[in-house]
Amino acid sequence: MLKRNVLALAAGLMLVATLAHAGALDQIKKRGTLACGSNTGVAGFGLPDDKGHWTGLDVDFCRAVAAAIFDDVGKVKFIPLSSKDRFTALQSGEVDILARNTTWTLSREAGQGFLFTGITYFDGQGFMVRKKLNLSSALELSGASICVQQGTTSELNLADFFRGNNMNYEPVVFASADEARKAYDSGRCDAYTTDASGLYAERPKLANPDDHVILPEIISKEPLGPLVRQGDDQWFNVVKWVGFAMLDAEELGVTSKNVDEKLKSDRPEIKRLLGLEGNFGEALGLTGDWAYRIVKRVGNYGEIFDRNLGEGSSLKIKRGINSLWTKGGLQYAPPIR
Amino acid sequence: MPGATQDRRPASAQAFVRQGPAPAQPPPASESFAGGLRGNLFGDWRTSLATLAVLTLVGLALPSLLRFLIFDAVWSAPDGELCRAPGAGACWAFIAQKLPYFIYGSYPESQRWRVDVTMFVGAVLIVWLLWLDAPARRLAAFLFFVAYPLQGFILLHGAPALGLPRVETHLWGGVFVSLLVASVGMVFSLPLGILLALGRRSRLPALKLACTGFIEFVRGVPMITVLFMANTMLPLFVPEDLAPDRLARPLIGVALFASAYMAEVVRGGLQAIPRGQFEGAAALGLRPWPTLRLVVLPQALRHVIPGVVNSFISLFKDTTLVAIVGIFDFLKTIEAARQDPAWAGPTISATGYIFAALFYFAFCFGMSLYARFVERRLGSAAA
Repeated sequence: MLKRNVLALAAGLMLVATLAHAGALDQIKKRGTLACGSNTGVAGFGLPDDKGHWTGLDVDFCRAVAAAIFDDVGKVKFIPLSSKDRFTALQSGEVDILARNTTWTLSREAGQGFLFTGITYFDGQGFMVRKKLNLSSALELSGASICVQQGTTSELNLADFFRGNNMNYEPVVFASADEARKAYDSGRCDAYTTDASGLYAERPKLANPDDHVILPEIISKEPLGPLVRQGDDQWFNVVKWVGFAMLDAEELGVTSKNVDEKLKSDRPEIKRLLGLEGNFGEALGLTGDWAYRIVKRVGNYGEIFDRNLGEGSSLKIKRGINSLWTKGGLQYAPPIR
Repeated sequence: MPGATQDRRPASAQAFVRQGPAPAQPPPASESFAGGLRGNLFGDWRTSLATLAVLTLVGLALPSLLRFLIFDAVWSAPDGELCRAPGAGACWAFIAQKLPYFIYGSYPESQRWRVDVTMFVGAVLIVWLLWLDAPARRLAAFLFFVAYPLQGFILLHGAPALGLPRVETHLWGGVFVSLLVASVGMVFSLPLGILLALGRRSRLPALKLACTGFIEFVRGVPMITVLFMANTMLPLFVPEDLAPDRLARPLIGVALFASAYMAEVVRGGLQAIPRGQFEGAAALGLRPWPTLRLVVLPQALRHVIPGVVNSFISLFKDTTLVAIVGIFDFLKTIEAARQDPAWAGPTISATGYIFAALFYFAFCFGMSLYARFVERRLGSAAA
């Protein structure tokens, strides 16, 4: 009897759980807030400022999704997740979207049941060296001692890179990124390696940041992007197209400042983007002005990159491969039509 | 001679019987402060050597420590530029700039008065409760344990009906959350711990088994496991709409965890009470419950004050573990703030951690000073 009750309860809970997972978009609209799994503190991607207000590229991506749904960037609930509990939080439905500089890999999609909606930042492992060494390429690092964090993919990539190029090196491994950076700063190693965005974030912490350069070579692929659960294609489409709309807006020259003027534009692509022609927003389950809201409230991709990572920020990361495809980069979005 | 009359063995079996009074000892050197200092620091050659070694170490470390903390420190700066200058010491300007964030976390700026009011009321009630000569301490206890949590919850979380906009717990952070976790842990762990300790000593087998099982299970797992269970695993079993709030989960976890340790501390005190006390109370016609309340617990708790304070102090420091499950407590806000590229510099991490150390030390030392005072008042301090 008791056993049957317990089973019935478990079945009931599972039913509630499945119902809860159906139609994330409707559920978010009903709830009135978007739950966004965010970083616990990475400069440029997700970091609270002096007033405790979240800033960063990933954070702004979630705000853009909220703008498209609610026309209000305040309706996001940021749930800071450590790298250990980020996937369970998404799996369990505690967050609707995970935008927390997570690398897009096969096992995370096929193995863990997620879908990446796009690439918001093409990252990859790079090297930082002292300017006085006069190096212009990572291929000149043969025989160098290199500070690296232990147990990371950086350590493995480093080994692959040097073996593949038939070069020698001396790895100096440390348990934490802080220790590795300090050792490099004190002269223990010739070079310091981690993901390029990390190198830019770590550089200001050095005693003389201007004495160091980041070499142009990127030796690994770390495509970072937001991800959602599998099995909800409508929600997947919404998040995916929010990213594309930000890229299309940049390509068409629509910014948060000129978006109201652009409403008068005659260009059909802009008319379609801003919802003056066709009903693309409605097809997504949003409103016709969804992309207008994103650009108006948050900005296009170039604007959020500049504000959080680029020249408008203290990180001063170059656009590089994150430029639009029209400017020699990799950022490319399908057209809205 | 009293020694001889009390000893029941024949005098012939004793190896030594003192015939006259013992010779007088010289007056203790510690009568004067300087004499005590000399005796303690340079008593014999080994003590002198240790003293000299320690003095040398202090002499080596102190000047550079003072230089870093005070003389070369940057006291005011608009951003990290001055703190990055070569030779600059601790960057107190960074602490000053980020102080509101360290205290309130992401709590909306316009609503922060609510945190201030709650902390102020809490401080007044705690002083009232801890000040042993204060009037109407029963009223204070009622206010603190019943009315205050209710008031705090309504004020902090908000009540749209009363015109207070809701402030979701994901915005809570900083010192305020550290104090919240610690005080919830302390306030719940003592009564729960007493109940568990009594339950463990109960003669009812089911109750005894349940309490013992709970205590042993909770003590057998690390606190991090409890927190992970609460914030990472629980959402997998319970649908998201039914799951408790993300901040409430670690609060409950910490309270249950602390109560298991408290139960063992209290049980130590209960075991020190001689059977005669129970029997005496029974002879006076007291029922079991008044016996506990009037006779046993007052004595038992007095015995365990050092243990209870020890648990409280370790609980206060354990609150930093909630950062692992994404709660922005005080230490985590420092962790996040030191990533800010506007301030990033070689001394920022050190400054942040020194500040955190001072904060935790001040609170823990305060608790232990108060406990010493109470022990002296109750006359239970061992010599």
